[in-house]
Amino acid sequence: MGLETKPLSTLHEKSSYDVADFPVPTGREEEWRFTPLSRLKGLHNGTAAVTGGVVVDVEAAPEVRVETVGRDDARLGKAYMPADRVSAQAYSSFEKATVVTVPRMTVASTPTVITLRGSGAGAAAYGHILVSVEPMAEAVLVLDHRGSAVYADNVEFDVAEGATLKVVSLQDWDDDAVHVSHHHARLGKDATFRSFVVTLGGDLVRLSPSVSYTAPGGDADLTGLYFVDAGQHLEHRLLVDHSVPNCRSNVTYKGALQGEDAHAVWIGDVIIRAEAEGTDTYELNRNLILTDGARADSVPNLEILTGEVAGAGHASASGRLDDEHIFYLQARGLPFDEARRLVIHGFFAQLLEKIEVPEIRERVLSAVEAELAR
Amino acid sequence: MSTLEIRDLHVAVGDKEILRGVDLTVRSGETHAIMGPNGSGKSTLAYAIAGHPKYTVTSGSVLLDGEDLLEMSVDERSRAGLFLAMQYPVEVPGVSVSNFLRSAITAVRGEAPKLREFAKELKAGMDALSIDPAFAQRNTNEGFSGGEKKRHEILQLELLKPKIAVLDETDSGLDVDALRVVSEGINRFRASGDTGVLLITHYTRILRYVKPDFVHVFAGGRVVEEGGPELADKLENEGYEAYVRDARKADTTSKASA
Repeated sequence: MGLETKPLSTLHEKSSYDVADFPVPTGREEEWRFTPLSRLKGLHNGTAAVTGGVVVDVEAAPEVRVETVGRDDARLGKAYMPADRVSAQAYSSFEKATVVTVPRMTVASTPTVITLRGSGAGAAAYGHILVSVEPMAEAVLVLDHRGSAVYADNVEFDVAEGATLKVVSLQDWDDDAVHVSHHHARLGKDATFRSFVVTLGGDLVRLSPSVSYTAPGGDADLTGLYFVDAGQHLEHRLLVDHSVPNCRSNVTYKGALQGEDAHAVWIGDVIIRAEAEGTDTYELNRNLILTDGARADSVPNLEILTGEVAGAGHASASGRLDDEHIFYLQARGLPFDEARRLVIHGFFAQLLEKIEVPEIRERVLSAVEAELAR
Repeated sequence: MSTLEIRDLHVAVGDKEILRGVDLTVRSGETHAIMGPNGSGKSTLAYAIAGHPKYTVTSGSVLLDGEDLLEMSVDERSRAGLFLAMQYPVEVPGVSVSNFLRSAITAVRGEAPKLREFAKELKAGMDALSIDPAFAQRNTNEGFSGGEKKRHEILQLELLKPKIAVLDETDSGLDVDALRVVSEGINRFRASGDTGVLLITHYTRILRYVKPDFVHVFAGGRVVEEGGPELADKLENEGYEAYVRDARKADTTSKASA
């Protein structure tokens, strides 16, 4: 299959299943300019030796069907076509895919947890997951990334008419992991999608959550929380493509950074195409820079090709802890460290409340506590 | 029995000297009103005592029961028994009133209050100040009206029970009802007789509810006149103009002689 172009928009013009359709990135391209290619361990140029090393475990809700399928399964790649070279590399290299199906009209009684455990950063692995939520079905899914790996994968969320999918994706990798991932949600008529991304671990994580709509009434909330420590590169690239009328999207990503060469990148692209009248969208990114030597790049892009929107906006702010907040709390007896902890807690509090799974919320909370104690 | 002793205090913001030698002693059981026009340095005195990083003490001393407050960090001063009720309380996003108060009480008392006792204490405190119980779950000062912020400051005062309270224009921006509620809170706080109050205000109105023992008039960064409650009545009738004029004159003379 050849390269498909979408000339209407200047954002995200290309997608293809074929690696050869994407030149090897040099780092000068808009979509690669923030990513330190030398730390990708060859995921971007085909030199990564595929030796496996990521074990996928699924603990499914009783109502949910889980299959491990080969490359030839006809259901794969329907909801998403790779949008960059690493994504295409993953798509053409994975050996087994995990397919999770939530049958029509079924409400899953418990979260389905997919644990992806890396066994070492010495080798590269590729993966593919398809989550298909059939019409009027509802489910909660957790993707739990642990251990160490050099890993590239694509995750398709196919959310059918009237269905609801809530996803928590936890990037809790060891310090030396490299992870490049695309999460794409395709929403049917009146479908609801909630994504909560938490990225804490890894040497380099580049996660690209995207949403497309096939019919009106789709509703997507994309929330993210990251904590970047010294030397880490944590990159989130959001894309919401409004191509049908009367859909909604909301993107809220917040991160804290501390330590030398802690680097956060947030790209928030929203396209409202000419057909997408009545679109309601807002995207927000905030970064809290806790020490010198940390850097946050935050780039919101809103491309509006119709005059008939219900709402469209974006906001981005990166800054230090507010001295007045700290003074107020210290004036009430809280030592500096405690005051700082409380303010950072407050910064993340409204996001944390959105995590649907209590065990995961507790785990994220204690992970943030651990980061603050460093 | 506690004493706050301010001696020849000089404070600057950047290169600009704001306080030019303030002397003041506040003992437990006493209420001192500091009155003065805008820009006279009243708030600077409050923030400098509390240790706000924007204000630099260039000379002088501030002692609380003989301990040098100026050597302490902001939180150490608070734990030593100093409380500053802010003129413009800060909004702290994502931190609930309940969490904020419990953290403050834990810090000041040195141990976390038992949850049930804290809940009881908080409820009683809020009832006394006619604060809607739902405020406990709201973010600290976020979206509060001016009056709500000031009630919240006095709630903290009553819960933290400091030795010396500095109230920085707690009355400003309050309607009569809110002023009465807030004043009652201050009066409850000082009723024990173990606490001293430094009440900074622009207006005499609050002094009808919170009776001062001493009144100090502030102008040009220092105390220019002192007296009893009757001095407040004089200010009520005559205003600050004469003091401002004298302070300017003194300023010009000192510059000319320098």
